[in-house]
Amino acid sequence: MTTSLANLAAGRCARVHSFSPGAECALNLMELGLVPGARLTVVRKAPLGGPLQVDVTGAHLALRRNVAATVIVEPLAP
Amino acid sequence: MTTATAERLLGLVGNPNVGKSTLFNALTGVRQRVANYPGVTVEAREGSVALDSGGAARLVDLPGAYSLRPSAADEAVVEEVLLGRRGPRPDAVLVVLDATNLRRNLFLCSEVADLGLPLVVALNMVDEARRAGIDVPTEELRERLGVPVVETVAIRGEGVEELRAALAQARPVPREGSLGEALEARLASAPGACRWERLRALEAEDPQLRAEEVARRYAWITELLHQRGEEDLARARARTERVDRVLLHPVGGPLVFLAVMGLVFQAIFTWAGPVMEGIEAAFGWLGGIASAHLPGLLGELGTSLVVDGVIGGVGAVVVFLPQILILFFLLGLLEDTGYMARAAFLVDRPLQSVGLSGRSFIPLLSSFACAVPGVMATRTIPHRFERLLAILVAPLMTCSARLPVYALLIAAFVPATPVLGAFNLQGLVLLGLYLAGIAGGLLVALVASRFQRRRGRLLPLVVELPPYRWPSWRGVLLKLRVRGGDFLKRAGTVIFAVSVALWFLMSFPRQPVESGLSEAEQAALQLRESYAGRLGHALEPALRPLGYDWKIGVGILASFAAREVFVGTMGVVYSVGEADEESADLRAALRNERDPRSGRRVFNTATVFSLLAFYVFALQCGATVAVVKREARSWRFALGQLFGFLLLAYLAALGTYQTLAALGYAA
Ligand SMILES: Nc1nc2c(ncn2[C@@H]2O[C@H](COP(=O)(O)OP(=O)(O)O)[C@@H](O)[C@H]2O)c(=O)[nH]1
Repeated sequence: MTTSLANLAAGRCARVHSFSPGAECALNLMELGLVPGARLTVVRKAPLGGPLQVDVTGAHLALRRNVAATVIVEPLAP
Repeated sequence: MTTATAERLLGLVGNPNVGKSTLFNALTGVRQRVANYPGVTVEAREGSVALDSGGAARLVDLPGAYSLRPSAADEAVVEEVLLGRRGPRPDAVLVVLDATNLRRNLFLCSEVADLGLPLVVALNMVDEARRAGIDVPTEELRERLGVPVVETVAIRGEGVEELRAALAQARPVPREGSLGEALEARLASAPGACRWERLRALEAEDPQLRAEEVARRYAWITELLHQRGEEDLARARARTERVDRVLLHPVGGPLVFLAVMGLVFQAIFTWAGPVMEGIEAAFGWLGGIASAHLPGLLGELGTSLVVDGVIGGVGAVVVFLPQILILFFLLGLLEDTGYMARAAFLVDRPLQSVGLSGRSFIPLLSSFACAVPGVMATRTIPHRFERLLAILVAPLMTCSARLPVYALLIAAFVPATPVLGAFNLQGLVLLGLYLAGIAGGLLVALVASRFQRRRGRLLPLVVELPPYRWPSWRGVLLKLRVRGGDFLKRAGTVIFAVSVALWFLMSFPRQPVESGLSEAEQAALQLRESYAGRLGHALEPALRPLGYDWKIGVGILASFAAREVFVGTMGVVYSVGEADEESADLRAALRNERDPRSGRRVFNTATVFSLLAFYVFALQCGATVAVVKREARSWRFALGQLFGFLLLAYLAALGTYQTLAALGYAA
């Protein structure tokens, strides 16, 4: 079962599955380590639709919601 | 080295926040300056490192980057410099890796290796890695990459000597076969001088290959690290996470943010005050000495050039320096501790709604001190369109040069009536002017970003939130020195030149001294008949609908040196001699001024607010125009902004005056 990264609740872990077709910054995100198979954790979400803080194997990135929505992930059991 | 005289050129690259600047400082010492690449507007410094072989090498600190490949709208500086497309090609590259985050850091390293240049690797932050119990694979990397790999703790200078010694042993990393058979086969037949150029050529034809390439690089890294980078690194962040729980708390976070920004403001405006007064007094004293002793040497005209043109011009620049240095110091501190990224995280959502992002926040904040450092700070915004947007709106933030103008007009014409007990009308008007500038800026950003949206591009905010770290004082102070020097050079030369030019316009043609006139009256006469005065008269018809006469026109012209010059110029026009915004004589002169034709007061309520509205929006600052031209790399942009904002100011003043006049406030 896959979902978008933007849908994950704070504290959840997941593995990167793919990017939604036509996602403009997919390659930038991949360069930052969000390659298919990489494990990530949503650390927190800024209030009012602000960015997500995501832990990608030790590096913490802030991603906007619309960017996170293009990342398709497989949630892992908490 | 082929010839003994050719200095070796070394590039310094790394992800942001790996301690690259700190390492740069440790290697080069204080001999550093802002590097000048034609057309490059990102921050780059260069300095020289003594080599073990006796000579020295030039070390260029390139902007921090996650990848050599620029994303759609970023500047390709690192790649172009390393390929030798902007000046000479470096002879070798020093790659700085953060030992606590090797996996991500090695990505850039793998790209740099494909350039075919000899490499040396610095594994920085090994102290943090050790503390977190991470086993740093220095020996494995050395073996598998085949290049010198040196462990460093840049803030304590550990490993720097070893690194310096290793610079002579730089080697290319063998990368053949690392991208998988299919890609490698196509690479073999592609044109280009190095693997990287061949890859770029291939991908220009078939962009689909990039995803494959990126995935292959990470596979190469996984193999290199033997799964090591995959371990859970949460321990390394435990301390940072505890702090973030407060600083990024949904309620607490914004409160702390407001407090921090309040403190920055407080520092800029109150701590700098006494120093600024001291500087003004010192320049006044210098001018006094010059006026007393120079006439015998240089004559009256020469003295006036020295006192009003040169000393006045230099003074106009130097007086801002305390504010700018305090601002740069605090920003450097916030950057190096890691708080800046949190600030961007917190304000991203509100700024997003007008097309900006969290990264525009610092440039806009800086612009409240002065638009020049604000525009310079946009170098940290990697996305070109967003950078231009931030440059566009920066001058609408109320800079401190507007304050003397506001202070003079408000003190003279707005009564200090208490409002709702706690406030008073003067303060509220000042607040309103600040808010009007902010609102204008947001509106302009909103409108301008619509144009971009139509072309369909999203601004992806990707900011790294680095662990909190203690800054090194040396690093912060060095950055302060380099940036402060850059400011003086950029703003100083222009402000000085405009001041001298204005002195000329106000001093020629010379008027004969008339008997019976006081010194101040003679000065007023001189100004009235000068080129500037004539220009003011010529502009009067256009300024009438705003409620201004030629005298105000001259004041506005003079503001192009720096806005606060308006105040001194008013002092001359109204024959009160030397005047600042606190001069009671000047306030009285303004209050009593009557229009010779209608006999009405010139500075009536409508005129005063029209003038305030004009100063809120007008871009009257030669230094800002010059720095915008440089950073946006376009005269069209800079002049478009200048005239666009003048028009905006004109319309705002026109609307204000006409509305108030219609309501009967022009009497
Ligand atoms: N613990 C530790 N901190 C470091 C080290 N090197 C740099 N820092 C700190 O890390 C922060 C970022 O360093 P800076 O040189 O500005 O990073 P840059 O963005 O790569 O130029 C600063 O607060 C430095 O004081 C190191 O080796 N160990």
